[in-house]
Amino acid sequence: MATHAEAHAGLNYLNHTRGLKSWLTTLDHKRIGLMYLYSVLVFFLLGGIFALLIRLELFSPGQTIMSATTYNKVFTYHGAIMVFMVIIPAIPAALGNFLLPILVGAKDVAFPRLNLASYYVFMAGALFAATSLFVNQVDTGWTFYTPYSIRTSTSVILVLTGAFIMGFSSILTGLNFIVTIHKLRAPGLSWSRLPLFCWALYATSIIQVLATPVLAITLLLLIAERVLKIGIFDPAIGGDPILFQHFFWFYSHPAVYIMILPAMGVISEVIPVFSRKPIFGYKAIAYSSFGIALIAFIVWGHHMFVSGQSELANFVFSLLTMFVAVPTGIKVFSWVGTMYRGKLRFQAPMLYAMGFLELFTVGGLTGVFLATLSVNVHLTDTYFVIAHFHYTMVGGAIMGFMAGLHYWFPKIFGRMYSEKAAKWGFGLVITGFNVTFFPQFILGSQGMPRRYWDYLPEFTWLNRLSTFGSWILATGLFFSAYYLIKGAISGKEASANPWEALTLEWQTPSPPPHDNFAETPVVTTWLYEYRDQEPVVSA
Amino acid sequence: MSEAELAHEHHHAHHFASANDEFEACKQGMWVFLVTEVLMIGGLFVAYGIFRGLYPEMFHEAHKMLNWKMGATNTVVLILSSLTMVLGVTATQRGRRTQAMGYLLVTLLLASCFLVVKYFEYTHKIHDGLLPGGFFTNAELKEVPKVSLFFSLYFVMTGIHGLHVIIGMGLIAWILKRTANREFSPHYYTPVEMVGFYWHFVDLVWIYLFPLLYLVG
Repeated sequence: MATHAEAHAGLNYLNHTRGLKSWLTTLDHKRIGLMYLYSVLVFFLLGGIFALLIRLELFSPGQTIMSATTYNKVFTYHGAIMVFMVIIPAIPAALGNFLLPILVGAKDVAFPRLNLASYYVFMAGALFAATSLFVNQVDTGWTFYTPYSIRTSTSVILVLTGAFIMGFSSILTGLNFIVTIHKLRAPGLSWSRLPLFCWALYATSIIQVLATPVLAITLLLLIAERVLKIGIFDPAIGGDPILFQHFFWFYSHPAVYIMILPAMGVISEVIPVFSRKPIFGYKAIAYSSFGIALIAFIVWGHHMFVSGQSELANFVFSLLTMFVAVPTGIKVFSWVGTMYRGKLRFQAPMLYAMGFLELFTVGGLTGVFLATLSVNVHLTDTYFVIAHFHYTMVGGAIMGFMAGLHYWFPKIFGRMYSEKAAKWGFGLVITGFNVTFFPQFILGSQGMPRRYWDYLPEFTWLNRLSTFGSWILATGLFFSAYYLIKGAISGKEASANPWEALTLEWQTPSPPPHDNFAETPVVTTWLYEYRDQEPVVSA
Repeated sequence: MSEAELAHEHHHAHHFASANDEFEACKQGMWVFLVTEVLMIGGLFVAYGIFRGLYPEMFHEAHKMLNWKMGATNTVVLILSSLTMVLGVTATQRGRRTQAMGYLLVTLLLASCFLVVKYFEYTHKIHDGLLPGGFFTNAELKEVPKVSLFFSLYFVMTGIHGLHVIIGMGLIAWILKRTANREFSPHYYTPVEMVGFYWHFVDLVWIYLFPLLYLVG
């Protein structure tokens, strides 16, 4: 077979063809995943710079470095970039694209050309959004609430169009993953043997496919609102601005599960490998992803407890929201159960997985506080909410992304990063994160509102602490970027299976050949059979 | 070259085990795509339902300005086009190329017919000032509160549907050309069948739009 020859010649997906054109027109899911990865990391840097600017402005009460108007624009871009251009695509489009076909033992995703198209669609959307930075920066907040978003003179249409286009990319990726998981699994890889990362991506894809079109129509209606003055969301013409909130959150609440479910998938892969024990509650973890996906669609109203929606709706949404804690709890306890009496290896991916457990548990539980109506009325639109969702989105999604990036780094680049540097990086990231966001819980419970440029003098020291934290976090992330880039270029060569894991991606060389496997793998066993601290089947 | 020989020329993509696997995957992908379409259009129907619930009298007054005869004509036209589309798909599956081309061509003509009727309807509305929201100027209906919302919904819903018709026509033209180039056979007709799915969906949306907008009374 050609691939055999390739493997002997030391050819892999990175070097089997060369030149910029071979990358830009590639149909290989691994290269497309890598292009997503680089793009997302650039956007992460951009969104991160906006975050640092926010924290810098809040270092002291009153004007510190920018005007109130500029501040509105800065937090809008921080939110919009991080949500639409970083956290949503980070794990599914970058890591998922690279790994899903390999994990199911396939040569590629079901529709490779569509996959490449979705990358370019994503970049086109990003281009629209980025153009607005140079035209008339948007100041609506990433939520584009009406009627302000209809009235503001800033270039809302550009950003809306950008988000609309990026939505297509998200839909197409989800569609591709669903069909890939259904139709391209290797012989013997039954549903009950499917790796948990694939289960998580499947649940994510379902949300992407079902929720994103609703965002599409919402943004389209808002564009029509500005261009054609249709008035559906405009109270001046008889429209209903609250309808916009319903539409928006019908997408954007499930979207937070688009962000967190893939991270949970990564954690489910990392924990058994580094605990040297079979995953505890495989089926429970797999099905709870669907439980979360299902509940995701019926809780959007908890973003609108103070919007004036009916008491009954508030009550129902509050109750349903608390149900999210059940499948989430099942996962967390299963992971802890996996670690119990395992032979733990505290390497970087595991450290990030444990960081995820700590931070996500805090984020998840404060979510239950916020679901409680009486508490919510007090905490709505305060820094408590900011702290809560940063514990889930950064503490959950980004920690999961970092865990995945470190775990699969040797597979993707064929080289190792410095483990010692990674431990330092993790220490800085987790310390910086907690110092940044924990004070915000206190600030919020004391009543400091979100999105304000100014605050009362008594909030100063906690805000300063938070700003110091943001510097530690930034240092940790820059340091991580440094040792990862260094590792990718000149790290020592990685073996096929450096973590002694059982899933299929580790049964092929690092980096994988163009066709992923020399021969289509045949799966004969469950892929989490770690017993007595040693794998039953060796690589 | 006979069409049976041509059939052997279609090589399925390398990552599928067989041509049938490829076909099944495409079919599933298309269904998932149509689900996303339902959800997107669904948003509009929700908006329609909410405003109709809020202002039922206004909807009743406003719908009188729509020409139900033209709407009904277009409904018949689209249903006919669905029929010719499915006949075109069947002819392709049976390897009757000329017949298939004929049906696809008729489908295309019916679709154009739909757009022509739509064009006359739109020009008439624009002439009468029956326009969305802020642009509404019609004197006759001015007294009906919030009436412009009906026309906002009318234009957005039929506009998005019309856009789908235009995209569908492009797709039909594309498979027509490929049929003319003898690219399909009883062994390979995936694109024809997929475009068929899409076209039926476009028709189906209209079948809901027609009564909701034209026959509210």
